[in-house]
Amino acid sequence: MKKLKLNQDVIDRGRKHAKQIVDQVHEHIDAHSTVAVERSVLRLLGIDGVDQAGVPLVNGIVEELHNAGVLGKGVMYWFVNGLIHTKLSSQQLAECIINKKIRLLDLPRVSDCEIEEAALQLATCSLEKIKDRRQEREAWIANLGKGQEPMLYVIVATGNVYEDAIQAKAAARQGADIIAVIRTTGQSLLDYVPYGPTTTGFGGTYATQANFQILRQALDEVGKEVNRYIYLTNYCSGLCMPEIAVMGALERLDVMLNDSMYGIIFRDINMKRTFVDQYFSRLINGYAGIIINTGEDNYLTTADAIESGHTVLASELINEQFAFRCNMASEQLGLGHAFEIDPQTPNGFMYELAQAQLVREVFPKSPIKYMPPTKYMTGNIFKGHVQDTLFNVCSIMTGQSLHLLGILTEAIHTPLIHDRFLSIESAKYVFNNLRGIADEIYFPEGGFIHQRAQEVLEKAVSLLEEINDVGLMRALTLGYFADISRTSEGGKGLQGVIVKEYSYLNPFIPLMLKGGNSNG
Amino acid sequence: MVNVKYVKPYGDTLNDGMVQLAFTLPIPLSNAAKEAARQLTVSMGLEEVAVAHAEGISDTFSFFIVYGKCSHGVNLDEISIPEVALEVLSKKEIDDFIRTHLKRKLNVVGACIESDAHTVGIDAIMNIKGFNGHKGLESYHEINAVNMGAQVACEEVIHKVYEIQADAILISQVVTQKNIHITNLTRLVDMLEAEGLRDKVTLVVGGPRISHELAKELGYDAGFSSNTYAEHVASFLVQEVKRKTIWDNDKETS
Repeated sequence: MKKLKLNQDVIDRGRKHAKQIVDQVHEHIDAHSTVAVERSVLRLLGIDGVDQAGVPLVNGIVEELHNAGVLGKGVMYWFVNGLIHTKLSSQQLAECIINKKIRLLDLPRVSDCEIEEAALQLATCSLEKIKDRRQEREAWIANLGKGQEPMLYVIVATGNVYEDAIQAKAAARQGADIIAVIRTTGQSLLDYVPYGPTTTGFGGTYATQANFQILRQALDEVGKEVNRYIYLTNYCSGLCMPEIAVMGALERLDVMLNDSMYGIIFRDINMKRTFVDQYFSRLINGYAGIIINTGEDNYLTTADAIESGHTVLASELINEQFAFRCNMASEQLGLGHAFEIDPQTPNGFMYELAQAQLVREVFPKSPIKYMPPTKYMTGNIFKGHVQDTLFNVCSIMTGQSLHLLGILTEAIHTPLIHDRFLSIESAKYVFNNLRGIADEIYFPEGGFIHQRAQEVLEKAVSLLEEINDVGLMRALTLGYFADISRTSEGGKGLQGVIVKEYSYLNPFIPLMLKGGNSNG
Repeated sequence: MVNVKYVKPYGDTLNDGMVQLAFTLPIPLSNAAKEAARQLTVSMGLEEVAVAHAEGISDTFSFFIVYGKCSHGVNLDEISIPEVALEVLSKKEIDDFIRTHLKRKLNVVGACIESDAHTVGIDAIMNIKGFNGHKGLESYHEINAVNMGAQVACEEVIHKVYEIQADAILISQVVTQKNIHITNLTRLVDMLEAEGLRDKVTLVVGGPRISHELAKELGYDAGFSSNTYAEHVASFLVQEVKRKTIWDNDKETS
């Protein structure tokens, strides 16, 4: 597989800088929590449901403590103290708090030691559920097998979860291995997770726990039918990143879009908030055995793919280090990149090959996520089908893992059922016809592809060195990624960042860190 | 000779009316399904229909590729399309025009508003690099271009309009599922009117599904669709400048 003769010392140097970059940010992460992290803790304890106004119970509870300025101890501290006093179940206590029958702050406090012990026990018990789901997935795969790489990954986006289930099943029957239900536009900026099954979304469907469950069930059904475990994907991003991780872990999702910087850059979410949220969300995803997908492909929708190819690699190395801090395994890191070079470029395909092969070789164990052309897709669907075909060829030639199918109508609308069918059919055709091609290909030393790959690698490592000098937060302000600049105090969600007190209680963190790499 | 009063699709012979269609029926593939596809195509106004390809694409759906000859023609003389009246200037001409006529920079706010998360369009028009070799508004010396990005609330747009005393607002809407773009665009116009700003700014909307006609209907000054580049939008803005330099007038009167 090593065809580019990359200098391992250069790669190691890149990793070292990336690690230092992430270590710096972790000083901030370790000192803070967020309202979303605290709500996730309550969700992990099994609290579900909404109040009469449709506000999730976890939002009500956390908001009350946040307004009182006492979240620095962690919601776990207050809630477990409440449980000890009332002897209620977590759900019952949550309902009593929302109905104003109980006020956590008014209850007498038992000793810290007693709270910590009970909290640890509760957390251990809660994580059993997630471990069960992980083992369930492993059993399904052992039993049915899964798609062959590059796995065919498609999106459904009807807005109606029941329609999504129909389309998802149809796609699996056509040959899809992974189904993502794209989220309704705008959900990433909601500071709560909507509740229940939903039938109205725009450009996608709300990510709710009930919707996850409906899709999971549909894919399990069709998986038995097609004799292949079908992966379910959703979007663990936005202001509720860690809460969605909990929901996904509980409903046995397999893949989560989960980037450490995407929300900052593309959704203008505050960076101090996102860095803390991504940490907790990745702890959960790691523990749940979920594969995450990072969003570097998006850089190339705003910046030029040839000029900025190295920013993709640099960001992948940073994303990898953030994930390692959560004890995620390389095998869980679906680092992202894309086939986005202007089709008018002479030798454009060779640039794509160089980039794809480079990413493959720098991250040999990771299930690389490869995204199709979007920026240069047009209303000419016939040409679009050819662009997607070249993308398919590049993917099989360079051994990509999670292959998000290009759809010929990309520039027009969310996929119609036969758009998706045509796309799956042509990818299957290309992959089947070129199945062993990668083993037969060598790139001449000193040739175009070698040179381009070295150049991108070296530029990426210099960029990491530069970011290491200025710090990641400052680099984001300077617009190092995707040509977009964000400030550390700007963006949405900063008011939800909490300084941890010395006694901050959250036993999930050490428990999940322990189990991330090795449980299951 | 083509008869402009009765234009028909061209396959390989004038007026053969040849059309290709692809569609899916939500029924399993069968001979009856094929016949259903044929009959449906006939009722669309096509003759000599041939179902070239029929395939079950799941247990419950069947996909068809169908050819037929269109029995209708259209009179070109009776068609009128409202388009933005525009003399397209070069980047330099635009900068020169602003320098001589406005004597200050032209302030432009751009955003992809409300639920829409797709910045491709607004970036193509505004980002320095632009798109397809056409530099964006940020690269124009005489334009102060502020790209607010995606999912920007209308309130924030208005706040920014005050802040930079914007001469023009550029709105991008890409997602049109369930007509969400109409809701978003209407909301902004209503708010601008309520603020008394509507007449002070040139209001432009762009997107792959936007037409000039739709834009006018919604109360915008212009609508741009695919194949629009920064110079098209900028040319329109400078031609509007002749009529509106309201912020400066305000200063004079206040």
